Amino acid sequence: MDDIDRAIINTLQGGFPICDRPFDAVAETLGLTGTQLRTRIGKLKADGIISRFGPMWHAERMGGELTLSAMKVPPERFDEVAGIVNAFPEVAHNYAREHALNMWFVVATEKPGRKAEVLAEIETMTGITVHDMPKIQEFYVGLRFEA
Amino acid sequence: MDLSDSDLALVAALAEGLPLVSHPYRAVGAQLGLDEAEVIARIQAMRDGGIIRRFGIIVRHHELGFKANAMAVWAIPDGVVSEVGRVLGDAPEVTLCYRRPPRLPDWPYNLFCMVHGRDRGAVEESIQALVRRFDLGAYPHAVLFSTRRFKQTGARYGRPIPRAAAAE
Repeated sequence: MDDIDRAIINTLQGGFPICDRPFDAVAETLGLTGTQLRTRIGKLKADGIISRFGPMWHAERMGGELTLSAMKVPPERFDEVAGIVNAFPEVAHNYAREHALNMWFVVATEKPGRKAEVLAEIETMTGITVHDMPKIQEFYVGLRFEA
Repeated sequence: MDLSDSDLALVAALAEGLPLVSHPYRAVGAQLGLDEAEVIARIQAMRDGGIIRRFGIIVRHHELGFKANAMAVWAIPDGVVSEVGRVLGDAPEVTLCYRRPPRLPDWPYNLFCMVHGRDRGAVEESIQALVRRFDLGAYPHAVLFSTRRFKQTGARYGRPIPRAAAAE
């Protein structure tokens, strides 16, 4: 990754033009041609630096539900339980964390009611309590990273 | 904002991200039987309506070098949790900040912040600096570093439309 890649990442995390030739429009501000920009974005995607290039949705405003859930998983069952949890397409990410509650995952569903079903199915399949911790108030969502 | 079936098809079509072509919105529209101007207008409306929080690239922070990822949590009395949340949410070190319900007895914490950094020491220092700066030392507190990432994908939304319908 060079300085141009870093500039692309820092610029495009902030937003992307919604117009007929958006790559050309943003490439100009970076001193590139549209083709050069697309090639570099393709490479960053192939290298796994960029996960997605498009919209970040607001689940609740789409009528869906989003929650953070945690489980206390016995260490010897970790991989088995992770496999069960990750198999749900509604699970967007899942991390092991250093705490008695050691598995933390986000459930995002499109339809109201489905969240409760997913959490109940995970409890049934694993026999482990799932703590549902939905957002009560949002103070900041600015997940951006300076490259 | 209510989404039409055609909006939902567009949402699904955007799940993999924009195609890397000179007219990406035209290319997306071609899959759905929508013209370029219509795709642009609908995406703009969804952004203006707050359905789209942000339209751009989403990075994999670990691959970018942000390998230390901590969830810092506090148990703050209900009367002041909103105020503390706003202050922490404004801090540049904090990448996400939410109030969530405690789950007693396992989990007394109600304020959740994410702090990301290039190494664990730097993240620990950032969190300690937050505690000092905002006088949070009196509140029960925990820091949960992530040790393994099992899954990181975007959430999936929208309804793909059948190919035959798209071709009409």
